[in-house]
Amino acid sequence: MRSPASTMSYLELLKLALPEVIVVISALVVLAIGLTGRQRTAVAGVSSAKPPTKAAGTAAAATDWCSLAAALGVGIAIAAVLMLPRNASLFSGMLVITPLTSLFKIICLVLAFFTVCLARSEKSLRHPGEYLTIILLATVGLMLLVGSEELLMIFIGLELLGLSLYVMAAFDKTDVRSAEAGLKYFLFGSTSSAFTLFGISLIYGMSGSTGLAAISEKLVAAPAQPLLATGIIMTLIGFAFKIAAAPFHLWAPDAYQGAPIPSAAFIASGSKVASFVVLGKIVLVGFGPVHGSSAWHAMAAGWSPILAALAALSILIGNLVALAQTNVRRLLAYSAVAHAGYTLLGLVAGGRDGFSATLFYATVYAITLVGAFGVVAVVRSETGGDDVKNFSGLAARAPLLAGCMAIFMFSLAGIPPLAGFFGKFYLFSAALRAGGDHGLLWLVGLALFGSFVSLYYYLIVLKAIFVDQPSASAPPRDHVSSDLLQRRAVAALAGIVLLLGIMPDILAARILAAMS
Amino acid sequence: MIAWTIYITFAGAVLLLLFPGVFARWITLLTTIAGLALGVVAFVRTPIADLAHFTTIVKVPWVPPLGMNYHLAIDGVSLTMVLVTGISAVSTVLFSWDVDHRQREFFFWLLLVVAGCYGVFLSADLFLFFAFYELVIVPKYFLIAIFGSTNKEYGAMKLTLYSFFGGMLVFAGILVVYVTAGSLDLNQLAQFHFNPQLQSWAFPVLFLGFAVLAGIWPLHTWAPTGHVAAPTAGSMLLAGIVMKLGSYAGLRVAMNVFPEGFQIWSKWIAALAVIGIVYAAAVALRQRDLKFVIGYSSVSHMGFVLVGLATANALGVSGAVLQMFSHGVIAALLFAVAGRMLYRRTHTRELDALAGMNLSGALPFAAFTFVIASAASMGIPGFSGFAAEITILIGAWKTYPIAVWIIGVGMVLTAAFTLRALVKSFFSEVRVQAGRVRTDTDWNEQSITLAEKCGACLLMFATLAVGLYPKLLLDRIMPAVEAMRFLK
Repeated sequence: MRSPASTMSYLELLKLALPEVIVVISALVVLAIGLTGRQRTAVAGVSSAKPPTKAAGTAAAATDWCSLAAALGVGIAIAAVLMLPRNASLFSGMLVITPLTSLFKIICLVLAFFTVCLARSEKSLRHPGEYLTIILLATVGLMLLVGSEELLMIFIGLELLGLSLYVMAAFDKTDVRSAEAGLKYFLFGSTSSAFTLFGISLIYGMSGSTGLAAISEKLVAAPAQPLLATGIIMTLIGFAFKIAAAPFHLWAPDAYQGAPIPSAAFIASGSKVASFVVLGKIVLVGFGPVHGSSAWHAMAAGWSPILAALAALSILIGNLVALAQTNVRRLLAYSAVAHAGYTLLGLVAGGRDGFSATLFYATVYAITLVGAFGVVAVVRSETGGDDVKNFSGLAARAPLLAGCMAIFMFSLAGIPPLAGFFGKFYLFSAALRAGGDHGLLWLVGLALFGSFVSLYYYLIVLKAIFVDQPSASAPPRDHVSSDLLQRRAVAALAGIVLLLGIMPDILAARILAAMS
Repeated sequence: MIAWTIYITFAGAVLLLLFPGVFARWITLLTTIAGLALGVVAFVRTPIADLAHFTTIVKVPWVPPLGMNYHLAIDGVSLTMVLVTGISAVSTVLFSWDVDHRQREFFFWLLLVVAGCYGVFLSADLFLFFAFYELVIVPKYFLIAIFGSTNKEYGAMKLTLYSFFGGMLVFAGILVVYVTAGSLDLNQLAQFHFNPQLQSWAFPVLFLGFAVLAGIWPLHTWAPTGHVAAPTAGSMLLAGIVMKLGSYAGLRVAMNVFPEGFQIWSKWIAALAVIGIVYAAAVALRQRDLKFVIGYSSVSHMGFVLVGLATANALGVSGAVLQMFSHGVIAALLFAVAGRMLYRRTHTRELDALAGMNLSGALPFAAFTFVIASAASMGIPGFSGFAAEITILIGAWKTYPIAVWIIGVGMVLTAAFTLRALVKSFFSEVRVQAGRVRTDTDWNEQSITLAEKCGACLLMFATLAVGLYPKLLLDRIMPAVEAMRFLK
């Protein structure tokens, strides 16, 4: 039987999925360049073993070409997104285009672009062509996730993203920590995927549909049932893993610490943003009728108390455990858990206000973390480690980087005039307003307490950078690597964080407008 | 025009980063002088009638979907605070003239504090207000942790965490206000009626958050530690203006927005403030470190401000505002003498060590300045401290007569510890070492520099002018205070 959707011409599909297609094509191009580059390097290395500099030079050139192709592909994809029609839908919601999906496809592509910049400077990657290809494939996963309102398609996006990220986490074959990060991420990730798939199947069984809008219609009519509750909880668990909300966060510290830095940055940024977009769509559109209530005096069953509990636990565990960390990447991982908690507040609140606050915060957080990982990458390549003590005296060695790191840390701590401050204000006010008679004050109060605690550990990092004397093992001042691209990327990200803090309207108004 | 105080100061901070280090101190000095000049011009030119209400000077939509505006306004209270910020800032720069270690960075953080303070005193939008308020916290940490002395990292962290703890309470209070009233405009909020039940719990949260920064007992312990750890400029700014942010915000935001909550809690504020006055004065009497004496005296004097606010009558509150000005000037002067004039030359702040140095002979100008500052601090008539404290006491007599008696004890203690510090540091009878001060520094540094003299004269002039003619400020403060809602 031919469903009406399948009469859609393939040309139409190609037109609407053009950005994704472009990214896939550029991934293939990058792979090809990487392969030919490697062959030439291998040939050069075998035939003339005497001048190794030449071989290294060819390898570097190949890296440059790969990065250029990847960046170009991402750039063209952004242009293609801008040229998409405002609203369109294919195959009953499998591929949806709205202003919101377009906006977040652009944001994901921008994050991918900055990740490519970081990857370009990463020395430990032996096969940059393959690595960049996987980044691009993961980006396609992000775009599919953002641009779908259908559970099966969402699952496919999740898997494409997840599988790419597992490989990215384990990419540094010379580092045992990277292998550990990849394995842990893979084991936790595949288990949680199983949960999600099981949950989706239950929901499909209950509602007879995988489209979010159709599910919502069915749920209005259907009374709450244990099976439905199981389905919802299982789906949420899968996403709680993706956003690293406690108690499903255990993979995060090792993945953040062990994975190559661009991978960690991408896991923390693009993957997070897309997951929040999808999670928001699923709970607010699909599960909308079983919202429940998490207000203090009027708790009612639904997904909102579950998310509220996840948020509260994440804020507490993330912040308290981060206090004890001495490794900056591990510290960022635990702070990521806490930030996932804050971001969930907007979803708990629900509504247009809450969702847009969540999206604003997730975006700002992603931008900040890519920048912070960029600084970590420079420090790591200069001092050989990323413990807090490796950062000591950075202000004297590289004032610009130190300033950027200060901007990122303070934005995470929520200090004005940075984007994180406005994000928190927006998020917390949306949550407080939604509770009705300050019902969510308990959660907002907890989040405020959490951000008070968090200032301490961010300050510890900044104290090392600005106050402490450089340790004896630190390289002398003239040993600063001349990797301009990385520094420019970090400075640009710091500029964005500052700009979004001073003029948050640029992004907030766009998100709000895209949602109406 | 007064809004330019904020822009100029931020611009100065940015310029510092762009220009080479040799210009740093001049850029900073010119920036702060420009700020002070703008304040003085506004003070002279603005008709007194215009200062009776919180008059809008700039209002630009900022984040329209959320109702945030870039909204600045001014009245007599704000103008007084802007003025004291300018005076403290200029004198602070003059007393930091010889900072060589990471000079540009030092002045950058310093200008950020000053700009944030201007911003707080002029904001009429609650979000903008809070942004400036929190902005002040961070530079303080770096000023103390990088450039401070005794136990600086501990002091800096303690101060920052206390401030941020207060900030957290304020954040919660502001969110409740915003969500309930749906507005962030302070003038609109001053008309909005919150239900009394809400006021009764939201007021203490908001006010306590602000009061942490004002050094309310028992959350005052960050102040002495922070003042001692800070570099001279840090202590001067901290005691001079940053502590006033707390009391100003308590008046402008907490009391104006939640008048009924304030009625319920005012006697508790008064009680804590009175305890603070007596307790801090008693502790100051036992300190060995001169900066600790002054640090605790700051807590004690800020107690007067809080008592003044708690009286809830025009006289007491006006006195509190006058005391904010007065203490801003006097505390800056005291810290300048202790931290800069003495410590730079003697390398000690121990009172017992200073007692053996016969400093009044070696550093006559420092001795003179310290006598003036002590007199002003004790509340000798003719100085601003007297004018402010007597106004507060008259106001308090109407509301809390018993408190006035207890404060009387505190004032005696204040006189006692001030005189003790004065005698021990400069006029000790002990003559262990005769002649000039023996230090390991260059002898050229011994004489008081021109910059220090200018700074000290500016501060002394301010306290004398207001002391001799308090109407100068009170005429502008009183109408503004009388227009506030909680008095009606």
